[in-house]
Amino acid sequence: MRTSMAFLATIVAALAAAASPALAQKAGGTLRIPHRENPPSASILEESTISVVEPFMAVFSNLVLFDPNEKVNSPDHIVPDLAESWSYDDSKTKLTFKLRQGVKWHDGQPFTAKDVKCTFDAVAGFDANPTIIRKSPRKIWYINLKDVTTNGDYEVTFDLKRPQASFLSMLASGYAPIYSCHVDGRIMRTKPIGTGPFKMVEYKRNDVIKLVRNPDYWKKGRPYLDAIEMKIVPNRGTRTLGFQSGEFDMTFDSDVSFPMLKDVMNQKKDAVCEARPTNVGSNILINRDAPPFDNPEIRKVLTDTIDVKAFSEILSQGHNLDGAAMLPPPYGVWGMPKEMLASLPGHSPDIAKSRAEGQAIMKKLGYGPDKPLKIKVATRNIAIYRDPAVILIDQLKQVYIDAELEPIDSSVWYNKIAKKDYQIGMNLTGVAVDDPDVNFYENYYSKSERNYTGYNNPEVDKLIDQQSAEPDQAKRKQIVWEIEKKLAEDVARPMIGYNVDNTCWDSHLKGVKLQVNSIYNAWRYEDYWFDR
Amino acid sequence: MGAYLVRRLLLMAVTLIGISILIFIMLRLVPGNIADILVNASGMSDEQDKARIVHELGLDKPLAEQYWQWVDGLAHGDLGYAYVSERPAWEEIAPRIPISAKLAGMAIFFAVLIGVPLGVASAVRQNTGLDYLLRVFSLSGLSFPSFWLGLLVLMASVQWFGKIPIYDSDAHGFFNQVSMLALPAIVVGFRSSALIMRLTRSSMLEVLRQDYVRTARSKGATNASVNYNHALRNALLPVVTVIGIEAAFLVGGLIVTETVFNIPGIARFLVEAILWRDYPIVQNLVMLIAFVVVMVNFLVDMAYMVLDPRIKFAD
Repeated sequence: MRTSMAFLATIVAALAAAASPALAQKAGGTLRIPHRENPPSASILEESTISVVEPFMAVFSNLVLFDPNEKVNSPDHIVPDLAESWSYDDSKTKLTFKLRQGVKWHDGQPFTAKDVKCTFDAVAGFDANPTIIRKSPRKIWYINLKDVTTNGDYEVTFDLKRPQASFLSMLASGYAPIYSCHVDGRIMRTKPIGTGPFKMVEYKRNDVIKLVRNPDYWKKGRPYLDAIEMKIVPNRGTRTLGFQSGEFDMTFDSDVSFPMLKDVMNQKKDAVCEARPTNVGSNILINRDAPPFDNPEIRKVLTDTIDVKAFSEILSQGHNLDGAAMLPPPYGVWGMPKEMLASLPGHSPDIAKSRAEGQAIMKKLGYGPDKPLKIKVATRNIAIYRDPAVILIDQLKQVYIDAELEPIDSSVWYNKIAKKDYQIGMNLTGVAVDDPDVNFYENYYSKSERNYTGYNNPEVDKLIDQQSAEPDQAKRKQIVWEIEKKLAEDVARPMIGYNVDNTCWDSHLKGVKLQVNSIYNAWRYEDYWFDR
Repeated sequence: MGAYLVRRLLLMAVTLIGISILIFIMLRLVPGNIADILVNASGMSDEQDKARIVHELGLDKPLAEQYWQWVDGLAHGDLGYAYVSERPAWEEIAPRIPISAKLAGMAIFFAVLIGVPLGVASAVRQNTGLDYLLRVFSLSGLSFPSFWLGLLVLMASVQWFGKIPIYDSDAHGFFNQVSMLALPAIVVGFRSSALIMRLTRSSMLEVLRQDYVRTARSKGATNASVNYNHALRNALLPVVTVIGIEAAFLVGGLIVTETVFNIPGIARFLVEAILWRDYPIVQNLVMLIAFVVVMVNFLVDMAYMVLDPRIKFAD
């Protein structure tokens, strides 16, 4: 409710801004933003974190892009980028792009269709030994891609195994930049070459990331800014103080939690702050191959005790959103309606009733207040993971489960999960594109590397393929909701909430457009400018 | 003296070799390696990708070969490549040394500048109001955690001056550098100054009760002359030892301060390299720190001779 109000306020502010007299954009200035950590590398195709996309997306271009002027990423709002136009053949399995001519890489080489082929051959795994990347975490996105072919220097065709409505959406993500064939992966990880509005100057670990305006950018008149400077500031307190003191023009994305917001607004009266969902959800990983959670009844008890509202109150003063596998409406395009959600296990508004059911099951299995089931809750040893894990441990006590926190070093977290060396784990999952294909294929499809729990339901796999091939959005939604329902009933990965956080910027900074159903797709900075 | 110096230098070499073996083994005993972390950072667990990275970085070679490759490179001035940044390790380490050295130097300078005179004042005015005040000051220095003090200083800076001393690598010139590093140096040096002050005080109190001090007073020497020429010089021996140890331990204090004040020095860099299991960076940095500690110890021993001519190092 509170978030809905915040969202409404944002819309009103945006409308008010739109109604005010148009300002002429001014060129120049350096945008200063604190970065929360050292990005693991500058190679977007190899990484899966906002820490890489936020600074480096501006170095690259995509074939297509989610319209940066729209608040919601949706298939209806995709605009050309390196591709000038695109079309499907009659079978809807051949997607052909006409490419922009005269575009140059930052090192002066011409951009051609070969670069597009080279990029997708590498990310889809067609090239066994690619030189431009050494790992591809989103290979599963391209499971339906059969081949990429070029026709001359300025036309490229994606050959799909079957029609896939979401394919264009995936290409529009910040995670689908086009790489250059002639640049080695080591360079792409350290000082990447792109065709985007900004050129990379340097990335000094623990110090700074510097980008400068690309004077040869194909979009004439853009970008407005001369440069972007991102200082690496791992301490959140220092980052916030830096913004308050005017050292930075903008906070790192979603870096201002609700408890901090009041202080920021008090200290910096001219700050503009916007609350929005990050499409990063907290969820529980369950090892269903080992006792005690190999027992479906105990898995059900787990969902019986979850009080999503309490999680939201404690973690975000009630702003986090309750949702199933997809981000809920009105922010999410695909999530199921509230009434339907309330009927799913783990989302019931009557917590007392569902906990009583859980207690009854536990008693039947021989557990009780004097003989609780002892388990461990593993999680990464990072506050944003630990905090919900601690709340979960408290809630598990209500159904006679005595859990102990097992903090795991990030370096071995996924190894431990992959080896099934855990009972339950508290996890965070960020979804790059608010589209069922991205989320379901990545996290729930039996063949995915990122399906950490190894959840394997042939029926769900079939439904995932079915919704993916469905061209009609309304029909597709019905299948998506059915999948969400099955995932909840199977206790595949119980969702405990979607994070909502604030991003703030100086009122002199104009042209900032944040999107409400993904944090990964709008970091070009080409429309940002300073009114001073 | 000559033979002593040779013995000391040989011992230093043996110590450094021992440390190199220790750090090499300890790093490999820690669970997880860079390949795990690089793949984990992408939120996936692909054994094929991992194997490729392991091979590319030479981590599939026998440990003895890896160790020899490292020390052989070290002996020839080749520190290898950083795993994470994929740049020569020396290029990553070198620019950070002067940053931390300046900060540590300023912190020690501040600690000595504050600690020694206040320690003397506290001792010569024992059990007076000033003494009590200074003892409270020194106790606070020992009890305040650096990160807390650092954040407090930053908040005060925003409140009073409307800005914070965030490190700027483009700031040049003596004045700019000093003004940028002064606050963090004070935060780091505060604890050391408290320790030095307490030690100077107790050491001075002990020396002030010695017979030769009484003799000096009976011969009519002024208070200042007794305190500074006769007592302080002898009281300084344990203080110098502590300053040496503090200088070595300062790296630990720098980790927190470099993080809070966002200074891209070697301490913060080392912590991050450990988290990433970036062996070339960790190994070479630890060796560098070990070398500094060994050298500081050596210089402290040499300083004894200057402070107390009675001390001679036998051949």
